[in-house]
Amino acid sequence: MRFPDLACGRSERLLLLGSSGAGKTTLLHLLSGLLRPVGGEVEVDGTVISGLGDRALDTFRGERIGVVFQRAHFVQSLTVLENLALPLFLTGRRPDPARAVAMLEALGVGHKASARPRDLSVGEQQRASIARALVHRPAVVLADEPTSALDDASTEAVIGLLETQAAEAGATLVIVTHDSRLKDRYPNRVELSNLTHR
Amino acid sequence: MNWLYIAWRNLGVKKLQTALGLVLLAFGVGMVSLMMLAEKQLTDTFDRNIRDIDMVLGAKGSPLQLILANVYHVDAPTGNISLAAAEKIARHPYVAEGIPLAYGDNYEMFRIVGTTPAYVEHYGGEVSEGLMWSEAFEVTLGAEVARATGLGIGDTFFSAHGLQDGTDVHTDKTFHVVGILAESRSVIDNLILCNVETIWGVHEKTGTGTGTGTGTGTGTETGTETTGDAEREITAMLLKKRNPLAILTIPNMIRDTNMQLALPAIEINRLTANFGIGLQTLRAIAILIMILSFASIFISVYDSLLARRYELALMRTMGASPGGIYLSLLLEGGLLSIGGALIGLVVSRLGIFALAQIIADKFHYDLAAVAILPGELGLAGAAILVGLIAAAIPGISVLRMDISETLAEA
Repeated sequence: MRFPDLACGRSERLLLLGSSGAGKTTLLHLLSGLLRPVGGEVEVDGTVISGLGDRALDTFRGERIGVVFQRAHFVQSLTVLENLALPLFLTGRRPDPARAVAMLEALGVGHKASARPRDLSVGEQQRASIARALVHRPAVVLADEPTSALDDASTEAVIGLLETQAAEAGATLVIVTHDSRLKDRYPNRVELSNLTHR
Repeated sequence: MNWLYIAWRNLGVKKLQTALGLVLLAFGVGMVSLMMLAEKQLTDTFDRNIRDIDMVLGAKGSPLQLILANVYHVDAPTGNISLAAAEKIARHPYVAEGIPLAYGDNYEMFRIVGTTPAYVEHYGGEVSEGLMWSEAFEVTLGAEVARATGLGIGDTFFSAHGLQDGTDVHTDKTFHVVGILAESRSVIDNLILCNVETIWGVHEKTGTGTGTGTGTGTGTETGTETTGDAEREITAMLLKKRNPLAILTIPNMIRDTNMQLALPAIEINRLTANFGIGLQTLRAIAILIMILSFASIFISVYDSLLARRYELALMRTMGASPGGIYLSLLLEGGLLSIGGALIGLVVSRLGIFALAQIIADKFHYDLAAVAILPGELGLAGAAILVGLIAAAIPGISVLRMDISETLAEA
């Protein structure tokens, strides 16, 4: 797959639009360092991550990037609050439960802090996963189809919260989606469908 | 938050699998450890009671029976031998010491043994209350006998004929308790001790012959030294050797008598070798169970890996290193196996306590609880290693996991 040159400034928002098979997830994995490009470079927050070693890449990703997935996934054996402690713990930092609780409350799921992730509704899970993507103050938040499983009302709420929280944390927000409901919201957008040729 | 906590919580989520792994491992460890404890107790008890009884002189018959009857007091005697003939052997220059044993009666299933105070000294026994017997029909009780029967100094009792039951009571002869021995943790704890003349005296009138036989001496006569009296009989003579050649010479000396010489060490080796087949079978079963528990932990970790592939990929996305995740899987296997090993060791101790109760009731043997054996440490180590390996092998797939692919699959 080939992708065009893309750029998104600090604290800005970028929408990557494309239909299924257009390579949206591949691009997102490239941006988050989960995949390495065959050619070209990926630069995040001033670091060329495509040039980092495996361990450095793991750490960089953990520290600087937050990811919101299409369907929220959690470590099911841990409570919601414990899941929010993971991003800091996994990168060797001290978890900040006060901030985690505050974020859950701001996202309207504060009362579910000590619940098991499976006991949350889909919408609640998605909100909790936004909190997890931002709790460690990353430089970039990558959202992979964050709204495709949600109805209109929830979509509006989730996107609103994602934007607010990203803005609060000063994070750059990159959303990858085929959800045309989001199209008009972002002037800074790239259509992938016609650009990914072999 | 740490990896141990995460491993702990992961085990908590799949309670059934965790319980199965624990039970299997505990069962395997418990069985092997129980066998180790039982073997140790058995050999300890055997060794403690052999002490340095090198040879036992007794009537012809099964040598093992001779040992069991006269050293451990658990089997019927093989018959009687002439005191004079036995003493002749005991005076042989190759023999350091001979202790005569004569019996035929019991009181409440405790054997009454006619012997000399040298027998008590041999087991390191000491009188805790009263005196050692000196006259005929004076008895000194083993510690366990005094505890079980409630007899005290000055009490009297009648003996029952034979060694096993109390149906045929000799009501014409009264035994007087003159002393009680301190606990020695050997066979004498369960014996009623008196002099040899007492045993002859009991059967003077009844003389049924199945016990120590047809003694003709009077009860008060100190007849153990009357070497010329060929009719006086004892059950056995415990011998300590002065020269190892005794083992070769004595059998020649007694070839034409009704006596035989048995070596406790050899007979007990023969006995444990026979036990050994049973123990080996049990050990094989226990090892099989440990293999099953290995499979169970393996499946448990592998299954948890499959179910949690996405979670693990998620953790990698959040910055976890493959090593960290691998560590958490090892911790899961490790926690399981440590828990299983500990439960197994506790269970085997409960088992040996139960066994000790049964054995104490049946044979008047008392098995004390013992500390962790070195072999058990090895066993626990092996069990923990099994758990770690069972987790380590499926865990390798985590190191190779393609995060991007795993995330895209979900």
